[in-house]
Amino acid sequence: MTISLTPETQHSVSLQPQGWLRYLSFSTDHKVIGLQYLICGFIFYLIGGALAGAIRTELLTPISDFLPRETYNEVLTLHGTVMIFLWIVPVVNGGFGNYLIPFYVGARDMAFPRLNAVAFWLIPPAGLLLISSYFIASAAQSGWTAYPPLSITTPATGQIIWILSVLLLGGSSIFGGINFIATILKLRRPGLKLMQLPMYCWAMLGTSILVVLSTPVLAGTLVLLSFDIIAHTGFFNPSLGGNAVVYQHLFWFYSHPAVYIMVLPAFGLVSEILPVHSRKPLFGYTTMVYSIMGIVVLGLIVWAHHMFTSGTPPWMRLFFTIATSFIAVPTGIKFFNWLATMWGGRIALNTAMLFSCGFIVNFVFGGITGVALAQVPFDIHVHDTYFVVGHFHYIVYGGTVFVIFASIYHWYPKVTGRLLNEPLGKLHFLLTFIGFNLCFAPQHWLGLNGMPRRVAEYDPQFTLVNQLSSLGALLMALSTLPFLVNVVISAFRGELAGDNPWRALTPEWLTSSPPPVENWKGEAPLVHEPYGYGMQPEELALAGATGSELWRLGDPDRRP
Amino acid sequence: MTTLTSSSTSVSEQQHEAHADHRMFGLATFLVADGMTFAGFFAAYLTFRAVNPLPSGSSYELELVLPTINTLLLLVSSFTFHRAGSALKRDNRPLARRWLLVTAALGFAFLAGQMVEYFSLPFGLTDNLFASTFYAITGFHGLHVTLGGLMILIVWWQCRSGGRVSSQNLFPLEAAELYWHFVDGIWVVLYGILYLL
Repeated sequence: MTISLTPETQHSVSLQPQGWLRYLSFSTDHKVIGLQYLICGFIFYLIGGALAGAIRTELLTPISDFLPRETYNEVLTLHGTVMIFLWIVPVVNGGFGNYLIPFYVGARDMAFPRLNAVAFWLIPPAGLLLISSYFIASAAQSGWTAYPPLSITTPATGQIIWILSVLLLGGSSIFGGINFIATILKLRRPGLKLMQLPMYCWAMLGTSILVVLSTPVLAGTLVLLSFDIIAHTGFFNPSLGGNAVVYQHLFWFYSHPAVYIMVLPAFGLVSEILPVHSRKPLFGYTTMVYSIMGIVVLGLIVWAHHMFTSGTPPWMRLFFTIATSFIAVPTGIKFFNWLATMWGGRIALNTAMLFSCGFIVNFVFGGITGVALAQVPFDIHVHDTYFVVGHFHYIVYGGTVFVIFASIYHWYPKVTGRLLNEPLGKLHFLLTFIGFNLCFAPQHWLGLNGMPRRVAEYDPQFTLVNQLSSLGALLMALSTLPFLVNVVISAFRGELAGDNPWRALTPEWLTSSPPPVENWKGEAPLVHEPYGYGMQPEELALAGATGSELWRLGDPDRRP
Repeated sequence: MTTLTSSSTSVSEQQHEAHADHRMFGLATFLVADGMTFAGFFAAYLTFRAVNPLPSGSSYELELVLPTINTLLLLVSSFTFHRAGSALKRDNRPLARRWLLVTAALGFAFLAGQMVEYFSLPFGLTDNLFASTFYAITGFHGLHVTLGGLMILIVWWQCRSGGRVSSQNLFPLEAAELYWHFVDGIWVVLYGILYLL
């Protein structure tokens, strides 16, 4: 067991600038920026959650009684936009990416720290702009997809503000993506090879490639849409000779990869959490890397599966059905790799692990309904129904948000030096898991039976199931309370964690908690094998060993 | 358990010095993103053209003489920019500044040519789908040329004796040059798709 740790881990000398005001400053420290993303994103999560609460309250009864119909449209548009562009994308990319990636590549900061700060500070004004549109005139009413001709015919002011806001957020996302690509490819500590990086680096590399390739297309499309609204051009307006389906193609060229922009980083984060708490190496490192890159490539060529009811020609349906079904292969590989990582491990079933396992369960369900939706006959039946709503909430909430919570429980001691309270955490998990499944599982049934999405009124036969779903939403809202109490109280009174409470081997734990400015007081450690758990040192010839070899070594029955 | 070694060379000292300059890499990545915006526009244009018939009396035909001259102006300007870079590398600042000025002049001549073309065209922004797409794409490219021209003038100013751009600090000039070549390259594609096709 030869560990030669260079970084000194004494608490006496702190290089960290003091005071909470730095979190409101134009700081270029990647850790400060990461937390800025996280906290800002969480505030928007609460706002988006309140909007979801309004939606579920309206849907308690089959008639439109809680909100005026226009307001319902504004609320559902804001809910989708806030949750995607202001909570999930910034937090799972910008938040954890900024905090962790420099540690993982052995750098002291991101490649472009100032660009990094600019990328973050685009988000609060864009978010305020978006929300303020509700108070200025009326917010956009055309859903987060802003399909024309609907987005051209609904009130223009709110739609234009929506476009401006999404353009700012897209810019932020692109700047972030450029920064991650440069940091991962160019800023690695000398001696650290690509295939030795923790999996989250690969996930962020793949995500950032998607961001850089697809976000600009959305930006250009929204500029054209704003021309249609302001200058009365006819790009997407059929009554002026334009083509609304072209908008859908361009929109989904971004927004399908956006699904992977939201979920690939979650794959990466969960791949960091599972090995630590299972005390086993990450299974199938190489296949994980190729799966991520496979998802990146496939993710760019499946967008039209959102458009099977838009008059797509048969050859296009065939191509996009096959390509979409193919995505199940790399995703399935990752799923089995996670199971194999836990298999036979000494699993510590703490809150981080519970949320990770919850992620696997939810995600596999969302993935299966995704494969079902890729099939044209089925898709045409359930298109624009609550089945789709249920499906994508299983991916973005059951998948990504569960991982965000798992990550907060896992890395909170890193950030604060204190552990989160476990009983409160387990209560949080239980309420979230039950509430989430109660809220979204019934929606599949609603969709199969023909309840359309985005409409405030529905057939009375769906009342009971909708009320069940709303009850689930209430539990999800309540689940936030123990979490908030936990996070705030533990920051001051939580059990002291020490530098490495999980005995983890990834580089961010090989420094003090919280880490000093510039991450290490000495030089950065060179971690060749970030997942070498559970081995006797004499068994390991770590140079060149792959995950599967390490796994066989760790298991007495499989030892060659 | 695991191998955590620290190399004997002092990495921390290396890292506390200015680390290698990755700004050109960052710019190149940004230009890929920028290029994707154009790719989206081109894809939209080609789809419109394939499936949306224009109203009678309008067509996709465009006058070719002026745009061809404009294309040549931009291609020559890429060459003159390269000459400016070579001159600066040889520490010949006055020559570099002269070539930069020539490049900027070619860029602004291109913009003037495009203005002339805009005013001589028989259609306006909202006349038909082709007109809208044409103005959107050439206008977006013109915006890039305008920004590039301003960048060149800024670098020209920074190249004066005592300015911050020199053979020791080539980045501003090289960045502007990469951007300029990119804008030229986009124009060549644009010319092929919008004018020749």
